[in-house]
Order: sequence, then C-alpha cells, then structure tokens
Amino acid sequence: MLLKVENLHAEIDDKEIIKGLNLEIKPGEIHAIMGPNGAGKSTLANVLVGRDEYEVTDGSIEFDGEDLDELDPEERAHKGMFLAFQYPVEIPGVSNKFFMQTAVNAVRNERGQPELDMFEFDEFAKEKIELLDMRSDLLDRSVNVGFSGGEKKRNDIFQMALLEPKLCIMDETDSGLDIDALKLVANGVNSLRSPDRSFIVVTHYQRLLDYIKPDYVHVLYDGKIVKSGGFELGQQLEEQGYDEIIRHYHNG
Amino acid sequence: MVEAAKITDLTHDAPFESQYEEIDELLSKKQFYKEGFITNTNVETFAKGINEDVVRAISEKKNEPQWMLDFRLKALKVWQSMEEPHWAKAEYEPLDYQDYSYYSAPECGSCAGECNTDEAGEPEIDPEVAKAFAELGVPIEGNSEVAVDAIFDSISVSTTKREELAKLGIIFCSFSEAVQDYPDLVQKYIATVVPVGDNYFAALNSAVASDGTFVYVPEGVHCPIELSTYFRINEAKTGQFERTILIAEKGSYVSYLEGCSAPVRDTYQLHAAVVEVIVHEDAEVKYSTVQNWYPGDEDCHGGILNFVTKRGICEGDNSKLSWTQAETGSAITWKYPSCILKGDNSIGEFYSVALTNRHQQADTGTKMIHIGKNTKSTIISKGLSAGFSDNTYRGLVKILPSAEGARNFTQCDSMLIGDKCGAHTFPYIEVGNSSAQMEHEATTSRIGEDQLFYCQQRGISEQDAISMIVNGFCKDVFSELPLEFAQEAEELLAISLEGSVG
Repeated sequence: MLLKVENLHAEIDDKEIIKGLNLEIKPGEIHAIMGPNGAGKSTLANVLVGRDEYEVTDGSIEFDGEDLDELDPEERAHKGMFLAFQYPVEIPGVSNKFFMQTAVNAVRNERGQPELDMFEFDEFAKEKIELLDMRSDLLDRSVNVGFSGGEKKRNDIFQMALLEPKLCIMDETDSGLDIDALKLVANGVNSLRSPDRSFIVVTHYQRLLDYIKPDYVHVLYDGKIVKSGGFELGQQLEEQGYDEIIRHYHNG
Repeated sequence: MVEAAKITDLTHDAPFESQYEEIDELLSKKQFYKEGFITNTNVETFAKGINEDVVRAISEKKNEPQWMLDFRLKALKVWQSMEEPHWAKAEYEPLDYQDYSYYSAPECGSCAGECNTDEAGEPEIDPEVAKAFAELGVPIEGNSEVAVDAIFDSISVSTTKREELAKLGIIFCSFSEAVQDYPDLVQKYIATVVPVGDNYFAALNSAVASDGTFVYVPEGVHCPIELSTYFRINEAKTGQFERTILIAEKGSYVSYLEGCSAPVRDTYQLHAAVVEVIVHEDAEVKYSTVQNWYPGDEDCHGGILNFVTKRGICEGDNSKLSWTQAETGSAITWKYPSCILKGDNSIGEFYSVALTNRHQQADTGTKMIHIGKNTKSTIISKGLSAGFSDNTYRGLVKILPSAEGARNFTQCDSMLIGDKCGAHTFPYIEVGNSSAQMEHEATTSRIGEDQLFYCQQRGISEQDAISMIVNGFCKDVFSELPLEFAQEAEELLAISLEGSVG
C-alpha cells in the first residue's frame, strides 16, 4: 500500500472540513476524487502534503509505510509526494531552472543520491522537456511569472516529471483550462504514468477523466467519501450530477 | 513647481499575524556575525574628545601641509555652529561627540604619509592587521585581480597594484598620501561636490577626516581592473571618517568597489564618511558598495551608526555615474548617494538593496539633480524589512528649468518579511521644466505564505525558500554589481536572513 488514510479528521481555522475519511491507494493506481464545491477536495489535497494551516485532529495518514503526522511539507516532498497546484504560485526573479535544480537536489540529497551540477541538470531537464513536448525556453523564465494559465499548469507537470514522485496529487489542475490546454496537461500526466507512480486526481468535471482514465472514482461530500466506484462512476456523475448521491447520503 | 510627493507608509501593519510566527522564529535564531572578531595590536589612539587641539594633532600626525590644516580648522568651526540632524526616520539619542576618539592607528603604520615616501615602497604591515584582513578575505598581498586599498581604523595600511596602475597614469592611493603627493589635485577637487557645510556629518568629516581612497583616472584611460577599498573599524569608541575622492577625466572609465565591517562592540561606533566623485566629459564611473557594518546586538546596541554623504557630479557632457549599493549592516544607516547631472546628456543611476533585520533602522535613497539638457536618471530601490526593523526609501528627483528633455525612471519596491517591521517610501519630485518625463513605480509585498509553501512542497526548506525569494526580489540590483560582489551580496543577504547579522 502506498497511501493509507484512516478515519482522517482535519480542520482549518477551527472549522472541521474533513470528517472521517478513508482512502487506500496502491502503487500505480489512479484515483479520481470528485465532488461538489465545498466538499473538502482541496482541503484533502493540502492536508495530505502537510500544509501548515490545516490541522489533523484525528485519524492517520500513512505513506509508504510511514506515519506522516510529524513531517513538514518538504519532508513529505522528499519522500515522494507531489502536489500540482490549483493556482501555481509566481516567484519573480527566480528562474525556473534554479528553482527546480534546488528542488531536485534537495530531494536527491534526501534519497542519498549525488547532487546534479548545472550541466547534469540541463541534460536531465532537456529529457523531460522533450518527453512532455514543452518549449525549451521554459527553464530560463522566472517561476510562473508571465505564464498563461495553461503554461502554469504545464510547468507544474514539468516539475512533477523532474521530481519523479511516487504519489502525484493534482488539485483541480483542469480548472480554468481550455480544451487544448487540458489535453496537453493530460498527455503530460499520461506520459508520466508508471507501475510505481500513483495519482490522485481531484476534479470537478468528468472532462479531465476522459483523458486520464482513472482506476477508481470517489465522491467526496461533507468531508467523507460517500461513494466509490470505477471509471464508469465518473460518467454517471457527468450525466446525473451529485444530487442523487447526496440525497442518498442524507437519507441513509 | 512641485508636481507630486507621494507618500506610502506601511507601518507595523499586522493583518497576518499567525502565518508569520514561523518566519519570525527563523529570523530570531542565534545570530552570528563572522566579521565580529577583534584584532589585538599595538595601537595609538587619541584620547576621547574633539576640539581644535585634536584637529591639529590629527593633521600633525599625518604630517599635513598648512592648507589641509586650514581646511580642517575651518570645517571644525562650521561643524560647531551646526546641529545634529534628526529628520531621518530613525530614532537614536543625540550622540556625545566628546565620548569618541578621533584617531586610532596600528602603531607601525601610523606614520602613514611619511613612510610611503620611502624608496623602499610599501610600509610594513602589522602582522595582526594583515591577519585580520586575511580573515576577512581582503587580498592585501596584491594576489588578486582587484586592486585594494585596505583601511584599518584611521589609516590606510596597504594599497596594492599601484605600479601596474601607475603605468596607465592612474593614481590609486590613500587619501593621506594624495594630500602629500598630489596636493594640487586634492585642493582642486576637495569639497567641490560636498561642501564643508553641506550637512552636519560632512562638516564633522571635513574636520577630522581620517583616511580614505584617492582615485584619479587620466583622460581616455579605461581602467582595466576593479579598484576597491575595504574599511575596517577595530578600536572601540572610535569614529571612522574616511574621505574618498574619485576623479574620472575625459573619456575615461573606472569601476570602484568598497566593502566594510567592524568587530562586535557594545557601544555605538560612528562612521561618517564623505565620498566625492567627479565625472568629466564622456567618462563613466561605476561605484559599488557592499556594506556589512556590525549592526549591534539583538536590540542593535553597539552597532555602527553609518552617516555617510556620497555625491557625484557628472560635470561633462555625456558622462555617466552609477551607484550600486547592497546595505545589510549598521544599526542606523543614513545615506543618499546622489548624482548632479550637470553635463548635457549625462546619466545618473542608483541601484540599491537595503536589508534591515532585528532593530536596525535604515533611511536611504538618492538625489538626482537634473541641470543639463537631456539628462537621464534611473532609480531602482529594493527595500527588505525583517524582524523589528524600519526601512525607509527617501529620494529626490529634481528637474531644474535648464534641464530641457530630462527623464527619470524610479522604481521602489519594498518587501516585508514578518509582521513587526516597517517599510516606508518618501519620494520627492520637483519638476521645473515641463518637457520632463517622469515615471514612478512603487510596490510593497510580503513574502507570501503561498510562495513559501510552493517551495516547500517542491522539497526546498523554508530557510532556502526565503533566501531564494529574497534574492529573486533583489535580482535587478545584484545584476548591476561586479560579479564577485554580486556573489558576496547574495551570501550576505542569506546570512542576514538566517538571523545572523549583515
């Protein structure tokens, strides 16, 4: 088991958002998490990677056999957790290259691998740029500054490729993307699929799932997973919306 | 006609208290100022106090000609008639000027002027002093690509590469030597850019000027190496009052750097320097400073009071003067490197990074005085405030009626790190010619929690993330520094942000 979430309760600003959530993910699996606004999707993504403002009040998160409770966000990153942001952040004056070289070496250090020097990193980055079919000037630009919405999301996928994580959490990566950008992001993700790499795809819409075929679809509502199923559950939701499931949840 | 005087003031505004707790914690970690060691050597230090006898004694010690003594005595009178200014946005008790010593020198170098006239060349350097400079990484042996003038308390102890430079006609020596060897040049230029009575500290400096650097680049000469001065204050309760004059003749070019540090002391130390730069027709001067004076203890007691007057004049047409500074140290900084753009088409530039941490206070900026036609000035100021510090940009852009077609671009960015610091911007703009074009941009930002989290999620520690974001913020200015200095400035910034001092 790569990720094991048990009876997770979490709050932000003293307000409980996640209320007893269970989730298990094996290596290589793709899980989609869907749900209406305010269900706790983004909170779940942030809690998993250890963002400060979110407090786990009960339950546990086990990653690769280790309890994450006491770990800082960077330590979780070193262990192989990656979050693709809903809104990737701009860092003026810091080149993507310097940023990612620092990140890659921090992770390599942790794994006991030697650091990559500038030339080695260039080679490594070039490979990934080709793999993802991205523009080669990507590295020279400041982190996300002046990037279009689609470019920012693709830059996150590029970072994912460089860091080679075990678990990629995509927090509504599809929001704000037009269909072409969506395809590009999905293709990027698909090229990074491997038997050792799992994905959690948090999304509002079925659309992204047409391109990234998940193994499982979960419906998150009121801080809990209220229904799980296969790929077909996503399609059903697209047609019928969440109402039926929500009604069922409240009734029973 | 005063066109605009915008004032933004973001004082101690604390809407995000909780998210800064950790940053504050990081910043208040154990502090370590690696330049803070004390050198024990035999020194000759004057008794505390300032009066006519002291001024005469300093002059005598330096074996100065009558005209220099007269200059000092006149300045002392002017100074005595003036009052200590307190208009800067920095709070400190009025200083007791009788409680400082105005001359201190390692003994075997104390003959300054005299032994340099000796055919044997360089005077012997006190081994303890040499050790101090070695520890500071200052190449006083001349084994570097940079020519160095090393100043220890009141005197210059070593100036390297002078023969090499002399072949090109470039004079690079201590101010004391210049008074002896090039009296005509010194008399021609001293106090022409910064008059004796310009301000309180300039007057004080003129009276008790210790040592400094003198640079003269003759017509048409492009100085092939960087010239630099390293200032070290060692003695406790001593003031350093260096006087630096830099002259670039027609069509010449020179890049000059200065660095500074001081040992850890428990009382304020005074540093009141005057720098005058004269740039003639078609000449260009690049003047860079990395200031790392001791900022004092946790509450900034014992730090350096850095009250400096730096000014240059673009005397000739098409001349250019560029100031670049990275200010990380001192308890209080009061400093406005300025350009008087007299020649037509002359260019003035000011690039500044000022970082304050703990209880440091900085009030710094520039003055661009446009006199000639089609003169251009650029001001890029990056202020960083952390801890409990206050960081103020104060700048004047003045377009005189004669300055037809003048242009100015000002960009003033402030970044707040933590929630107990202040950033202040006081831009003054006076326009007396309607053909002038003025641009002013200003931003204030905080290191965002979202930026930090983004970095951390990619595996970068919070400390490295702060330093990365800050260096990114300062990049426009650091790219103006000579390469080796840019590196040093970046490191200094990182150290300063570790909660160590800068």
